[in-house]
Amino acid sequence: MTALIEIEGLTKRFGGFTAVDGVSFTVARGEVVGFLGPNGAGKSTTMRMLAGFMLPSAGTARICGEDVVERPVAAKRHLGFLPEGAPTYPEMAVEDFLRFCARIRGVGRAEVARAMALTQLEGVRLQPIETLSKGFKRRVGLAQSLLHDPPVLVLDEPTDGLDPNQKHEVRALIREMAPQKAIIISTHILEEVGALCTRAIIIARGRVLADATPAELVADGRSMDEVFRELTMRDAA
Amino acid sequence: MLAVARREFAAYFATPVATVFIVIFLVMSGTLTFTVGGFFARGQADLLPFFNFVPWLFLFLVPALTMRLWAEERRLGTVELLLTLPITAGQAVVGKFLAAWAFCAVALALTFPLVITVNYLGEPDNGVILTGYLGCLMVAGAYLAVGAAISAMTRNQVIAFVLAVAGCFLFAAAGSTIVTEFLSTNLPWLAEVARGLSVAERFAGFARGVIAARDVVFFASFIAVWLLLNAAILEHRKAD
Repeated sequence: MTALIEIEGLTKRFGGFTAVDGVSFTVARGEVVGFLGPNGAGKSTTMRMLAGFMLPSAGTARICGEDVVERPVAAKRHLGFLPEGAPTYPEMAVEDFLRFCARIRGVGRAEVARAMALTQLEGVRLQPIETLSKGFKRRVGLAQSLLHDPPVLVLDEPTDGLDPNQKHEVRALIREMAPQKAIIISTHILEEVGALCTRAIIIARGRVLADATPAELVADGRSMDEVFRELTMRDAA
Repeated sequence: MLAVARREFAAYFATPVATVFIVIFLVMSGTLTFTVGGFFARGQADLLPFFNFVPWLFLFLVPALTMRLWAEERRLGTVELLLTLPITAGQAVVGKFLAAWAFCAVALALTFPLVITVNYLGEPDNGVILTGYLGCLMVAGAYLAVGAAISAMTRNQVIAFVLAVAGCFLFAAAGSTIVTEFLSTNLPWLAEVARGLSVAERFAGFARGVIAARDVVFFASFIAVWLLLNAAILEHRKAD
């Protein structure tokens, strides 16, 4: 297995507050890592550093061997990133928005059509994004991250705000893509981890508390919920 | 870079921003030219009354364009999307600047009826008119670069607007007689610097029909410095 994502001692300090504290892990092709943690645990900050939106205070990360600090543009080419809240330009039509991203990524209309097909956006392709429901907006963000068929996907809460059917579809899509890619998803929905992920990483207060398969985490018969509470509450105490 | 510029340019026209800006600019530049400027009373076939007002109009219209450039991206969170696409901060900065500049060029181009009018009424020196327009474009570029950099510092558009107007005013007024007289009596060394940095001073040459290399170099380096600053602000904000 080749590691497509390598994170080494990644640390982020905001003033005196350490949001991410020496996080290290690797993700290989074929893995879907569920990134879990309470709000404010440092999930989004870790993902933002990985995506090159924030500079780490210490440590580094590599995407397909490209260092995100030293060679940010090269690293970003291999990455599909869905930022938290799936931000998009509200006044743009779905297709125009995706074409804009495609143009920057240097891919053509065929890829835009493919990404829209994968995320079932064809029906709304000419609608301004601001008129769409939350679920559609999230899928536009997801489509944007899939445009260039990247080997590495980093999705910050991809199923947040989706209805149960849409959640199911997004999970099916991720599962389908999984064998060719290294994927990190952050989520609050613990059942998603069992259903989707090959590995779970639990973080709280910026530190990795657990890094195991979902099966290993619940090996002693407890539910994922209990394991999560136990790990993250103990740390807070 | 061009993809960023294209999207940004289209965004002006997707919202009422473009219409409002262009209409207000045309109405005000036209009115001022014919009333305060005394276009007819002067009895001269040139566009000097028009060119005299354009930098002052741009002083508050251009910050209205730039206030949203970065502040809105930050508010919407799209800055996270834009800066995680495989482009450098510099490319994003230049792309946005070019879009806003092209938009100003469109607004300026739409004042063409003035050129037709003055050509109908007399025999103006169209070369001077052309350099005047070029000067206007330079001033717009200078203000845009200042405004864009300031917009990158905040997520609040009102703050971005007010600070940009203040910033541009500083460079517009730096060469005015009040400022230079005050400075030369109190801080002589600063008077020269202020005159040197004055956007209005540099523009006056263009309005007279003179394209001096030093003025072009001034505007080019002025814009470049502010764009570099803009990119540096974006990079810096990544770090904290």
